[in-house]
Amino acid sequence: MATIEVDGRRYTVDERDNLLQACLTLGLDLPYFCWHPAMGSVGACRQCAVTQYRDADDTQGALVMACMTPAADGTRISIADDQARAFRANVIEWLMIHHPHDCPVCEEGGHCHLQDMTVMTGHHRRRYRFAKRTHRNQYLGPFIGHEMNRCITCYRCVRFYRDYTGGDDLGAFGAGDNIYFGRHREGTLASPFAGNLTEVCPTGVFTDRTHAERYTRKWDLQFAPSICHQCAVGCNTSPGERYGEIRRIENRYHGEVNRFFLCDRGRFGHGYVNRDDRPRRPEWRERAGKARVLEVDEALERGGEALSRARRVIGIGSPRASLESNHQLCELVGEANFSTGIAEREQACLARMQRLNRDAGLPTPTLRDIEAHDAVLVLGEDLIESAARLGLAVRQAVLGRREALAAERDIPAWNAEAVMTLAQDARHPMFIAYPTATELDALAEQCLHRAPDDIARLGFAVAHAIDPAAPAVEGLDEATKALAERIAEALLAAQRPLVISGGSLESPALLEAAGNVARALAGWERRGGLTLVRREANSTGVALLGGRPLEWALDALGGGEADAVVVLENDLYQRLPGERVARALAAAGTVIALDHQRTATWEAARLGLPAASFAESDGTLVSLEGRAQRFYAVYEPRYLRPETRLHPSWRWLQALQASRERRAVPDVTLDALTRACARRHPALAGIVEASPGAETRVCGLKLARQPPRYSGRTALRADLDVSEPPPPPDPDTPFTFSMEGYAGFDRPHREVPFAWAPGWNSPQAWNKFTDEVGGHLRGGDPGARLLAPAAGLGGHVDAIPPSFTPEAGEWRLVVLPRLFGGEETSSRAAAIQARSPIPALRLAPADARRLDAAAGDRLVVETALARITLALHFDATLPDGLAGVPAGLAPGLMTGDAARVTLAPRDEGGAP
Amino acid sequence: MTATRYRSRLHQAAPERRLETHPLTWWLHDDGRRVDLDDYVAKDGYGVVRQVLGREAPDDVTETLKAANIRGRGGGGFSAGVKWSLTLKGEGMPRGYLVCNADEMEPGTFKDRLLLEQVPHLLLEGMILGGYANASCYGYIFLRGEYVAAARALDQAIEEARAAGWLGRDIAGSGYDFDIALHTGAGRYICGEETALINSLEGQRANPRAKPPFPGQSGAWGKPTVVNNVETLCNVPAALRFGADWYQGLSGERSGDGGTKLYGVSGRVRRPGLWELPMGTPAGELLDRAGGLRDGRALKAWLPGGGSTGFLLQEHLDLALDFDTLGEAGSRLGTGLLTLVAEDQSLVALVRNLEEFFARESCGWCTPCRDGLPWAAELLRSLERGEGQPGDIERLEALAADQGPGKTFCAHAPGAAMPLASAIHYFRDEFERGIAGASEEVG
Amino acid sequence: MREPVREHLQSLASDGDGFVLDPDDRRAIEQERHHYEQPQAACIEALKIVQRRHGWVPDGAIVAIAETLGIGPAAVEGVATFYSLIFRQPVGRHVILVCDSSACFLTGYDTLRQALARELGLDLGETSADGRFTLLPVCCLGACDGAPALMIDDDTYGPVAPEDLAELLEAYP
Ligand SMILES: Cc1cc2nc3c(=O)[nH]c(=O)nc-3n(C[C@H](O)[C@H](O)[C@H](O)COP(=O)(O)O)c2cc1C
Ligand code: SF4
Ligand code: FES
Repeated sequence: MATIEVDGRRYTVDERDNLLQACLTLGLDLPYFCWHPAMGSVGACRQCAVTQYRDADDTQGALVMACMTPAADGTRISIADDQARAFRANVIEWLMIHHPHDCPVCEEGGHCHLQDMTVMTGHHRRRYRFAKRTHRNQYLGPFIGHEMNRCITCYRCVRFYRDYTGGDDLGAFGAGDNIYFGRHREGTLASPFAGNLTEVCPTGVFTDRTHAERYTRKWDLQFAPSICHQCAVGCNTSPGERYGEIRRIENRYHGEVNRFFLCDRGRFGHGYVNRDDRPRRPEWRERAGKARVLEVDEALERGGEALSRARRVIGIGSPRASLESNHQLCELVGEANFSTGIAEREQACLARMQRLNRDAGLPTPTLRDIEAHDAVLVLGEDLIESAARLGLAVRQAVLGRREALAAERDIPAWNAEAVMTLAQDARHPMFIAYPTATELDALAEQCLHRAPDDIARLGFAVAHAIDPAAPAVEGLDEATKALAERIAEALLAAQRPLVISGGSLESPALLEAAGNVARALAGWERRGGLTLVRREANSTGVALLGGRPLEWALDALGGGEADAVVVLENDLYQRLPGERVARALAAAGTVIALDHQRTATWEAARLGLPAASFAESDGTLVSLEGRAQRFYAVYEPRYLRPETRLHPSWRWLQALQASRERRAVPDVTLDALTRACARRHPALAGIVEASPGAETRVCGLKLARQPPRYSGRTALRADLDVSEPPPPPDPDTPFTFSMEGYAGFDRPHREVPFAWAPGWNSPQAWNKFTDEVGGHLRGGDPGARLLAPAAGLGGHVDAIPPSFTPEAGEWRLVVLPRLFGGEETSSRAAAIQARSPIPALRLAPADARRLDAAAGDRLVVETALARITLALHFDATLPDGLAGVPAGLAPGLMTGDAARVTLAPRDEGGAP
Repeated sequence: MTATRYRSRLHQAAPERRLETHPLTWWLHDDGRRVDLDDYVAKDGYGVVRQVLGREAPDDVTETLKAANIRGRGGGGFSAGVKWSLTLKGEGMPRGYLVCNADEMEPGTFKDRLLLEQVPHLLLEGMILGGYANASCYGYIFLRGEYVAAARALDQAIEEARAAGWLGRDIAGSGYDFDIALHTGAGRYICGEETALINSLEGQRANPRAKPPFPGQSGAWGKPTVVNNVETLCNVPAALRFGADWYQGLSGERSGDGGTKLYGVSGRVRRPGLWELPMGTPAGELLDRAGGLRDGRALKAWLPGGGSTGFLLQEHLDLALDFDTLGEAGSRLGTGLLTLVAEDQSLVALVRNLEEFFARESCGWCTPCRDGLPWAAELLRSLERGEGQPGDIERLEALAADQGPGKTFCAHAPGAAMPLASAIHYFRDEFERGIAGASEEVG
Repeated sequence: MREPVREHLQSLASDGDGFVLDPDDRRAIEQERHHYEQPQAACIEALKIVQRRHGWVPDGAIVAIAETLGIGPAAVEGVATFYSLIFRQPVGRHVILVCDSSACFLTGYDTLRQALARELGLDLGETSADGRFTLLPVCCLGACDGAPALMIDDDTYGPVAPEDLAELLEAYP
């Protein structure tokens, strides 16, 4: 700790910070551009100038850049000093020389850091009277718009893109006052984190294209704290709504999870919420007939009656639905009749992961904590594809070596370029074993591209090398043995080794291998971590809640043991081969589907109840780090579309149950339901802590979902009715559907719908909500952790699989997760569809040659359960005998299944 | 008439030059031929390498140099010995690089060219000694791309030196390994700034780097790196051969800076060119040597050491041309090559030309320089056209003040500010005549 | 960036200018790498190698150099567009670099430039219609005692009087 003096007042600050960080942490307003809390300082923009005094007698002082000056003990500075103020005003004036006067039509307007800083410094008149320089813009893909004339050359975009994410297709071009940030040629930005440019850029150069066509100012968007539903990482988001549509998703700062950044699937994958074909009213379908729209009462009546008539009702839950909805379904059908809606193999993996989290001895680190690990072993995950934001955190972990080296030479961690220069290619060791190349390979010390069983064998061998008590692997080749030893050595040399595995390859052996490594490390009392990747937003939660696998449910229906089924937010056709699902649904007399998407399952249901999506409902999810987090409805759909009948699934299910029992629909709040769920499922007891509860008030007020200057409210519904109804009530959350309520930053609260503080309209306003810049929310970071290792280690597992040997004429499938297009709901969003690469079949070149096929040829992949035609892609890293197919195309194709691959007949079309 | 191929020339013929008084140029042939290895060795070239390597401890070499106080001839005037003593080396430290700054692009500067083209071995010898003192593993000569003849001369010299064992493994049986590569640039004045130069050497955009850490702590590829100017390094062999006292004695009473300086004069003078003279020689003496201004014009102003130094006047001609004296006079010695402005030449136009240069050559990293200098150039253009507006001069002064040291990321913009501020200071009326309507009023 | 970059590179390889790096140039570039700790350092020399052969650096060369050095095309383009002596547009057979810095400015740069403009019909930054000359400004050529100075290709001249030009240019057909 250091004591510094700012404008005559003394403060205690962290001496590892620079003065800018220190001042912002103290809540002092000091403008800046090139500095970013996650990316450190480079001293380029000169906006953060302050006057520094040599000692107590120095009255003159000299300008220094706060971001490049350590907050050393005894430092005396002034922010308010005239020369510093004048200089900062001049810096803005220079930055604005070429900046267009296009705020009224600029998509950054209203949440623009440049606007904020311009106002803060007081610049308002352009004295520059000469011609402006102009640039041409580029097409950068479906996500990001480009308007280079607005650039103020802070270099943040390239620093984020290249240094932070490792992307290499965005650069700074030109020199002098003619600098251009873009691609070397037009085209889609390749980084899956490109979307963060919209927040990293302090002005409107990079904007959200998915928002552009239906653009709304930040102050006219209604926000709620939400949780990304597009994978299991659990990033916190701030979706913004106008006119009953989600217009954009912004990062919501969480000090332990996503902090400043999201992946592009999460940011741009929300389009499914706005789809025109979404079911918005109950539908009734006679066998093979056309659907008929029902009113709610009739729908409930018919549904209740069908259920009460049924002999046995099966409930099929969903890992993409909230815990409350799953719990309510379980209540409706009874535990004995409840299925998780997850296919057997995946569920077995989930169960194993849950067990390993308990008994493998290593805790699950948070994303932030991952960045503090200093050796990483990844077994069987392509993190950028399966849990992108987690992959980005792993990247920072590996690069953490830079700061460690810099510290040895007294280079502060914030001196970003200097740290990179000193460290060059130095990295903490990382090892990745996966069937094919992954994007993180470039950072790894060594990679192994093998079949899942061989990856498991490597894992077992590593465990054995660390702890001889772990079973040895017989018949390992020399190279793998040496690799295992090197990995063991690196993990043991680390202060904080991290083991990452997961369910992507659906291999229990692989998970057990990871478990053995974790146990072996835990035996050494290292502060290690074990991260196990799950697939969907609530996979972890539903596994904790329990239930039988999907196959069981289908069998019960198909075999006539049950004659009715209620399917919760789950397209069964995405999970198991269509025929099998169809047979089971046909056999069931009654199929009731709840969903917010018009899926094949919905179309097969007798009764469809239109569920609210994450944007219109509240509930709890459990992320892969075992963090239970509450998401809150962003808007009330009926306010603007009175004809809609969307309700959270849990509410539909409550009503259905009441109707079945012929009683009135009870008035149960979400908090009560969450408590009931926690009581019923001891593993979920902690979820009641996930939300501060609907009763929460700040300064006696509910929290406003709408920013203070939300405009046009009286006109929003004018096409329906000129008299303005009161905002809808919201008994389930501490928020109002209006701008009436608390919207400030100074009273700590942990559920923040949108970041705003006076003078800070841009996402940089988050600095006002944290205890220190880049720290934790002053009101506490949202969520409650549920997974923790139990005392004692389970014994090592010795189910070591034999090595994979290819068989002539047969391929083993590996299903490869895909960030874009590999997830059910986001792949229904137009932007994601536009961004998804064309699916291809990956074969080792030698294998492909045996088929006499050339790259791009169409090949048929066939298993006992499924068949698909795909274009061939030579994959030189893939081992012989494996066939890589993209996830999300044909649910019948499963990793490990034997497949036949043949050249497609000429007339066969593409992928479905 | 036939246009002449340009060739660097020294205005001191052989008889005038002695090793003891002209350690840089004593080696030169009068006809400007390259001093090849045989010529060089014939005059005991590389003798200092033999004298020092393996015989004197690197730290002692640095001590001698510190005492000699060779101040950086790249324009900064920082003591080479002090720089070397601050370079990280020894136990646990990776061996780094010695980089010769041969980027010479400062407007009005043409001294390194002479040494590079005509005595490349002197530079190589200086580099070997510098490499030895700093425990460097490798040397680079960062040469501006336009110096084609110098590149040829250096290539040949490096070949010769390598063949003769002055470069490579176990130099002169000392156990010290050192080799040198020539790296040629691709334009841009900013490459001469030492940290930008390192970035450029690494094949990056030539943005400067933050200091600290200084190159001696973390330079090329993060290794300790010494960057010295050509002339600085060429001073090293003699300073080590004859010692610090001799070196200090070279400038005698004239200056405390020590040594000789390759001074030069350009502009509309009768005999522009180069002279090796004791450090601290007064500007007037140089002007005399250059034969005064052409056509008998009077002197209006002069720049003492390149475009990034401040203007001085006739009355400053008897100042000693050394770092401290000119610093006290509000300018800088810079590279020590004088640019003279005659009475009938427009200072507004010259400053406009300089600011256009600095604006064009800004790397574009920091705001005051990138966006402030082009604005200054615009204002100067309008003053030059007589279209200035009231307030423009104050704007220019403010712009110059905002490019001061510490306010910008590197010394490029402060260099641009110096001639601008000093010109307005001394010749304000000339600028005022550029304000629209001003001439009539004065009129 | 696995998928898209590969796609992107493939599309580049197949589209547009179909630039093929000359095998000698590729060898020379690979040779350059050995002078430095990191391949990126050979980037500027690589651009110069290509420029020596083609006179300028065509778009396709950016990608080819990036591949040869194992770095991203944006990094190569960032470097190519930073330096003033790397030409990202076609230039004439001969490039005339006119020094426009202070010493030359004081000794007749303007007249010289005007004479060049007259002689060649070119302003700074332009290339003659017959593709013979490109006229560009350059930082102080370090020939101030021979001011005004200019460079044609690898040759430096100074002082150059306007009346010298015609004969001087004849040597560069
Ligand atoms: C914009 C700028 C350009 C420079 N150009 C050169 C140059 O061309 N040659 C040079 O030796 N030093 C140049 N310098 C000075 C170098 O940064 C550095 O101080 C010098 O190379 C150190 O060597 P010395 O101590 O031997 O002078 C320049 C500095 C700046 C700020
Ligand atoms: S002052 Fe700034 S913009 Fe100018 S050259 Fe230096 S770093 Fe670049
Ligand atoms: S924020 Fe300090 S210089 Fe940019």
